[in-house]
Amino acid sequence: MKHENEAVVRFPSLSRNEAFARSVTAAFAAQMDPTIDELNDVKTAVSEAVTNAIVHAYPDRVGPVTLRLRRLEENVLEITVKDLGCGIEDVAKARQPMFTTGGADRSGMGMTIMESFMNALSIRSRPGRGTTVRMKKKLVGRGDPDCKPRS
Amino acid sequence: MTFTSLLQDKRLTILLSGEIDHHSARETMEAVTEKIRVYLPRYCELDFGAVTFMDSSGIALVIHTLRAMNELGGKLRLTSVPPQPRKVLLASGIQNLVALSQERSPA
Repeated sequence: MKHENEAVVRFPSLSRNEAFARSVTAAFAAQMDPTIDELNDVKTAVSEAVTNAIVHAYPDRVGPVTLRLRRLEENVLEITVKDLGCGIEDVAKARQPMFTTGGADRSGMGMTIMESFMNALSIRSRPGRGTTVRMKKKLVGRGDPDCKPRS
Repeated sequence: MTFTSLLQDKRLTILLSGEIDHHSARETMEAVTEKIRVYLPRYCELDFGAVTFMDSSGIALVIHTLRAMNELGGKLRLTSVPPQPRKVLLASGIQNLVALSQERSPA
């Protein structure tokens, strides 16, 4: 799909980069004039996706995580989080609420939150090759005319 | 993520603040469990009033605290929960297991 703006950042799978990914996402989304609730939803969803890459994709090592943000037509924000880690054997199972392969500090609710806070979620994964999570959310926003895309 | 705790009449209040994510949650979880283990409260209140962001790591923190309180036969309440953490908590259905309110509980 045609995009009007794009940002790509790559960072190592260190847990301190969870907050960094949220900040980058919020900064990019600001041009789309989101409401506070919409901004909170996308920050929460990106936090879940990036945490999954850090915790599950690279359980024993640090690897690259790529966050791509795109502003699509009709004020839709597309967020893609890609890793080159271990991959997910059974994506359908991983999407079930309360399912986790993490420890006691994981709730197994990350995928459920991504699904309920965003309009669309797709997960492509190949064991041993990595996982790509793509999410979309239409930002209805506050209706500021100055934030309409420029041609 | 920082927290302050207060103990009065077997009531432990833990005031959480800042961002709760995977980076900060484990340390907080261990510290909260340690407070419960030491003080053996009858009631525990997790006050979210100063929490500026929370993802599903916060759900794990609540479940962990609930488990520790259940082992003591005590009760847990979540208070002063702002809209963003509230939405995350409600998505998990945690309100079926633990009382959750936007207000601070009366002293």
